[in-house]
Amino acid sequence: MTLATVLPVIWFGVIGFGVLMYVLLDGFVLGLGILAPFAEDEHQLDHMMNTAAPIWDGNETWLVLGGAGLMAAFPKAYAVVLSALYLPVLLMLIALIFRGVAFEFRFKATRARKAWGAAFALGSMFAAFAQGVILGALVEGMPLNGGKYLHGAFGWFSPFSMLTGVAVVFGYALLGSTWLILKTESRMQSVARNLTRPLVLVVVAFMGLVSAWLPFLDSRIMARWFEGGHFWWLAPVPVLALANAFLLWRAVMREDRDAAPFVLTLCFFALGFAGLVLGIWPNIVPPSLSIWDAASPPSSQGFVLAGLVVLLPAILGYTYWSYSVFRGKVAADAGYH
Amino acid sequence: MVDGLLLSPLLLSRIQFGFVISCHILFPAFTIGLASWLAFIEWRWLRTRDALWRDLYFFWVKIFAVSFGMGVVSGIVMSFQFGTNWSVLSERAGNILGPLLSYEVLTAFFLEATFLGVMLFGWRKVSHGLHFFATCMVAIGTLISTFWIISANSWMQTPAGYRIVNGIFEPDSWWAIVFNPSFPYRLTHMVLAAFITTCFVIGGISAWYLRRGVHVEAGRRMLLHAVAFAAIAVPLQIFVGDLHGLNVREHQPVKLAAMEGHWHDDAPGAGTPLVLFAWPNEQAERNDYELAVPRLGSVILTHSWNGAIQPLSAVPRSERPPVKPVFFAFRVMVGLGMAMLLLALGSLWAWRRGTLFTSRWLLRGWTWMLPSGFVALLAGWYVNEIGRQPYVVYGLLRTADAVTPTLAVGSVLTSLVVFVFVYVTVFGAGIWYLLKMFRKGPLREETPPEREHGEKTPARPLSAGDDVVGHGAVGHAAAEQGP
Repeated sequence: MTLATVLPVIWFGVIGFGVLMYVLLDGFVLGLGILAPFAEDEHQLDHMMNTAAPIWDGNETWLVLGGAGLMAAFPKAYAVVLSALYLPVLLMLIALIFRGVAFEFRFKATRARKAWGAAFALGSMFAAFAQGVILGALVEGMPLNGGKYLHGAFGWFSPFSMLTGVAVVFGYALLGSTWLILKTESRMQSVARNLTRPLVLVVVAFMGLVSAWLPFLDSRIMARWFEGGHFWWLAPVPVLALANAFLLWRAVMREDRDAAPFVLTLCFFALGFAGLVLGIWPNIVPPSLSIWDAASPPSSQGFVLAGLVVLLPAILGYTYWSYSVFRGKVAADAGYH
Repeated sequence: MVDGLLLSPLLLSRIQFGFVISCHILFPAFTIGLASWLAFIEWRWLRTRDALWRDLYFFWVKIFAVSFGMGVVSGIVMSFQFGTNWSVLSERAGNILGPLLSYEVLTAFFLEATFLGVMLFGWRKVSHGLHFFATCMVAIGTLISTFWIISANSWMQTPAGYRIVNGIFEPDSWWAIVFNPSFPYRLTHMVLAAFITTCFVIGGISAWYLRRGVHVEAGRRMLLHAVAFAAIAVPLQIFVGDLHGLNVREHQPVKLAAMEGHWHDDAPGAGTPLVLFAWPNEQAERNDYELAVPRLGSVILTHSWNGAIQPLSAVPRSERPPVKPVFFAFRVMVGLGMAMLLLALGSLWAWRRGTLFTSRWLLRGWTWMLPSGFVALLAGWYVNEIGRQPYVVYGLLRTADAVTPTLAVGSVLTSLVVFVFVYVTVFGAGIWYLLKMFRKGPLREETPPEREHGEKTPARPLSAGDDVVGHGAVGHAAAEQGP
């Protein structure tokens, strides 16, 4: 076991953790935008945005960590994935611009207020869709030859990536609606509860559809699931996911559970994510670029890891602190701006 | 051939990178200084409890929020741009650039983003001391961020501490990489540039208020601080710029020759003249319409009477950057620096004589010079970035070889058009909102916000008067008669 063997494994975990944090944390903020069209009036949209206004920026930073971390630890993967997915990445970036500035501009605007509300909604929706497409294209596999992507500018376009795109939009919407159940009361909360119930069914259905499709993909990323008895020790993941879905359904059917729906949705996402990551392993870009092929030398991976050991706990610490500063219900007449 | 080049993914990618980074750099350049200014204001308020300081804090923190938001969203674009358009650079230099950018995220971006939330929304949620701490964390975060990104940029300008294995850069000594030969100069020059940019915005806005006779008390206080700061920082910046120039002479002589429009060796013992103005003629390798001061170039660039610098003709054309943009951008930067110095010293003199607030010329000068920092900073950035061409990693990796090889012209043309359209719309709107806030000016809080106990509102009291945009003068006049 040399450093060159071990470090890429650790970094696979680090990048996985960073991406999961992003998906969970910005997922619910993007979800708020996806649900924005269901706000009954402008005040309700204010209310929705105010639940996330103090923390959205930190949440989005996990995406930047994912990008920079990937470049540091797996520069080949960074180069191949981003250049092959040029157009979906472009869509995501543009959508995130509109979503991000809407947080500031909407409250400064007078005449263009509705337009920035629309920018918030559409930006969130397209960012989520683009992220789902990127995920789908990655899972589906990127055939490489001599380190170069073989398919053209639209190689990512496929029924499967469209499915994952739409699935992520609904998934984030569920994160958003359960976040609102947690953070609001009365009218806003009941709107959120009404949205959550159908969303749970839709998201579970999408999760099932994507899972059922995986074994038939060319990348055979799920081959590991059905080969050499792997299925038995991996089986807890789908079993837990099913149990999780059941508990989530029960929680959203009750009127007295504020935190459980959100927490269970987070768990549901984490399990789905774990399933995909276990399937992709030991590749960073299926079907052929392994984490060791794509890794930067130990001197690069080790240098960042040394800092990460100290900095990541600190980041998680002050992130927790900032959430605790803004804990509790956010009132409808929060009077912001 | 020319037609083919016009629409090459390389050229389009270069235009796109130049465009998105030029738009991006304006926001951090402003917010780096602004964050420290906010920390200063809040510290003054905590010490004096003078309500004007608090009003100023609430005023500038709103400006900060909008500017910072635009910096964040345009910055995210940057962190993906290396992979989408410059995949060969990422693959070959990712081992070095990736860790530097990762440290920027880990030590700065999270710090800024998280404490920004408390800074903007936490006034009633945390104690004043803790709120001040949050402001300081944001300010420190902006500086740490500058440290890492300038380190990465400097490494590409003056690579050190690496070895090349199969065409891939691998780190040898991280100390040598981070503190590469041009880094200390570039970092100091950049941080000062950011502070000066903010200083001239503050001074410009103050002078504008004073000329219109609104927010007089706030305007006077801010203008005095801007004058004092400029009088120290601008001379310091000129000194640092000179040191940076000497460093460029040592490590990037071709860039320096382009900055100076210096084509050929001087006659022995004649010294190098300083070209004040010229029209560089790249075909004929000479300057047309040249206006130059003999020997001054030697004095400034080598600190000696006869010193020589390497001319452009010492290297083949294929190793030279485009001369005109570097030459002119450098003159714009230096010219603005001199204008800033003149204004700062003139204002200092007027301050001593007690005529600063009544001198129409000085107030007008400050108003006109409001955007000077941004222009000078962009011009300096162009000198830096165009001057290092044709290399992206200086002397080692050509820009032409760094572009994504599989990039389709259609893709990059699409992205370029989309970026231009979106940036003009979005940042145009953002600047419009900033102007609205400037017009309204700092307002007195009618009910000074105090910390809540047990209440659950995330209210940000800063925006109490947002609905009276455009009535700033009236609002403040009324407020000033208050407490």
